[in-house]
Amino acid sequence: MAASSLASRAVASLSPSISTGASRDDAGSSSVVGFHKRSSAFTGRRVRISSGHGSSAAHGRRSCVVAATAAPVKESPPKIADALVTREEGLELYEDMILGRCFEDMCAQMYYRSKMFGFVHLYNGQEAVSTGFVKALKKDDYICSTYRDHVHALSKGVPARQVMSELFGKATGCCRGQGGSMHMFSKEHRLLGGFAFIGEGIPVATGAAFNTKYSREVLKDLSVDAVTLAFFGDGTCNNGQFFECLNMAALWKLPIVYVVENNLWAIGMDHFRATSVPEIWKKGEAFGMPGVHVDGMDVLKVREVAKEAIARARRGDGPTLVECETYRYRGHSLADPDELRKPEQKNKYAVRDPIAAFKKYLLENGLASEADLKAIEKKIDEIVEDAVEFADASPLPPRSQLLENVFADPRGFGIGPDGKYRCEDPAFTAGTAEV
Amino acid sequence: MAAAGAALAPGIENRLLSPPNAGRIRCSSSAVPARGALVVRGAALSEESRKNRSSALKAVAVKGEAPNLTTAKSGHEILLFDALREGLEEEMARDPTVCVIGEDVGHYGGSYKVTKGLAEKFGDLRVLDTPICENSFTGMGIGAAMTGLRTVVEGMNMGFLLLAYNQISNNAGMLHYTSGGQFKIPIVIRGPGGVGKQLGAEHSQRLESYFQSVPGLQMVACSTPYNAKGLMKAAIRSDNPVILYEHVLLYNLKERIPDEEYVLCLEEAELVRPGKDVTILTYSRMRHFVLQAAKTLVERGYDPEIIDIRSLKPFDLFTIGNSIKKTHKVLIVEECMRTGGIGASLRAAIVDNFWDFLDGRPECLSSQDVPTPYAATLEDATVVQPAQIVVKVEQMCQGLV
Repeated sequence: MAASSLASRAVASLSPSISTGASRDDAGSSSVVGFHKRSSAFTGRRVRISSGHGSSAAHGRRSCVVAATAAPVKESPPKIADALVTREEGLELYEDMILGRCFEDMCAQMYYRSKMFGFVHLYNGQEAVSTGFVKALKKDDYICSTYRDHVHALSKGVPARQVMSELFGKATGCCRGQGGSMHMFSKEHRLLGGFAFIGEGIPVATGAAFNTKYSREVLKDLSVDAVTLAFFGDGTCNNGQFFECLNMAALWKLPIVYVVENNLWAIGMDHFRATSVPEIWKKGEAFGMPGVHVDGMDVLKVREVAKEAIARARRGDGPTLVECETYRYRGHSLADPDELRKPEQKNKYAVRDPIAAFKKYLLENGLASEADLKAIEKKIDEIVEDAVEFADASPLPPRSQLLENVFADPRGFGIGPDGKYRCEDPAFTAGTAEV
Repeated sequence: MAAAGAALAPGIENRLLSPPNAGRIRCSSSAVPARGALVVRGAALSEESRKNRSSALKAVAVKGEAPNLTTAKSGHEILLFDALREGLEEEMARDPTVCVIGEDVGHYGGSYKVTKGLAEKFGDLRVLDTPICENSFTGMGIGAAMTGLRTVVEGMNMGFLLLAYNQISNNAGMLHYTSGGQFKIPIVIRGPGGVGKQLGAEHSQRLESYFQSVPGLQMVACSTPYNAKGLMKAAIRSDNPVILYEHVLLYNLKERIPDEEYVLCLEEAELVRPGKDVTILTYSRMRHFVLQAAKTLVERGYDPEIIDIRSLKPFDLFTIGNSIKKTHKVLIVEECMRTGGIGASLRAAIVDNFWDFLDGRPECLSSQDVPTPYAATLEDATVVQPAQIVVKVEQMCQGLV
């Protein structure tokens, strides 16, 4: 069965591989958390962040750079002769993960400075999944995400400026400020959203995959070979839409990969308290598709599984269910006090920081030097700062934008008492017309 | 009324061809003038169609002017389900991106035969038989529409689409907006609803009242083979998500419809019977009850003006308003429940816009706020009957309400 071949492939990797079905309850190491961030003082508001963070040194700069300072507890594997990536690929992956981490940390800062509001769900700790999967895609491939979508958007190529503007609610945001943190969309980059309700993006992704099949088989356009990735979490895997879509995708062999980012928590609900069979990868088999479990803190392992699943979809062999074991270092959202997760669990995953581990891999295998990586970190720093400045300087949406984009065809606003279509009224979008 | 002078994108065909009974159809062009910041696609407004539209807008229908379809010499007789099928088939032949998704739409031909023969003609992928998972296959239709197809999602019964409410509200209705206009959702969601013949409460639901608040959705209800085919075609061609409400008991209605291709205007109401005493606004099955009541009323010397509103969201306030300005009395006859139905919204819209023209309050006859019972006598009592319509109109015309 394809599942076992993918799962049992011996992959020399960043850390000893986690076997399938291993208990995740073990106390793990008690070593100190492996990273700190530099940040300027927050304005007045008492910040509660997860205990996974070390103390912050006030430096007055707005930047945030993540650097591993504590060595992982487990012994590092011997140096490998042939690395799994080329230098270029390695640097690309590293840069993407740094961008994700740095951007999310900046989001936290901006949120506590009242630049963005509402529900903001950060991706810290899960970067390996986004980078590992999205960087294995072609430009025409689709991705579909959830409310934890900033980093998926960035990995797919949506400019940091557009994402930050969207978060600030500015007219220059990728969705003109109309979507917000939980609704990142990009037609150009084939990001299908951004959904607030868990599970509601999975059918949309399945529809995009259906479109590929339709384009090839009905419209006879064989140049279309877009694969779709659907990202969602462990909580979603108890939702009906998950199962319904697995069934349909397997039935029609849709070119889709269902990527489960199992970070063990659905807000405050422990995965093991919510799920009768916690091994999500096993559920693929129930629908006749390979179910794969992968260490989601290891970008190279994720990438390897991703490449195979995407290739499988692209050649028409159908969907794959990939469960990535990962962890979010912050709370569910910036409003989550994150009191339920035990420090032991957080520490256990903190030492498996995907960025720290990949940095170590690159250095040990001679793929990059410290200077190379520092240069990348500095570059990302500048990109994120520029994004904030751009968003700050961007205009807020004017009132006239309120009624735009409600309908693709604005005649949907109907015919008014004067016989004209409402959208023909010059006052209509100025906000002075009665609707 | 001349269209605003801004230049339009040339070369897109005029989608709405005038049917033989042109007098009834006001909207003769598909163009919307480009303006300001609105994202608009439109056809070039020809001088001819501008004049047509302009004169049609000024026209006030006179009794007997509207040609009677059933006595037309040309055309072909057809049952309503077949008219829907014809419209769907024509659109699928015309545009290869049009596809149907639903339960038993393919090999079975549709529970109400609306897709009969289409799977044989267009293939199993274009007329897709789905497993029973409304929320997911509706969402799949939405994802396919976002990425370039034009999907027609069938709910075997409209009531089943309650399971798809998540997708219809959040994704079909709102996604164009939350994406900042990047993705359009040219989906048609259709199916039979309404109170049937002892189908029980769950198969007798009127979902138009539940979906009407969702921003971003358009809703139309067909009531005759003629408007069924025209609205089906218009809904498929529209870039908006449109819900097309059919009625379980109207599928076997017969009418003669034109042989030529025609597409109706989604936002327009239909003047069924011109009159001067009272405006009766109705849609779907109640149109036929109103017509039945009208026979009695005419015998008794009343002259009701009957309008089938067709467009449940948005309302065609022009046609409705013109009528109220003439009759000064309005009665809404609907199948929705009293609470929160289409009638409730329509009354509010009428009060807001035409208060000065009303002699009395806008009246509304709706179904009882009761789950539809199985027993025939009780079921008949939950919906409005022609006799009640007659009584109400008489009361209104005699100033007793």
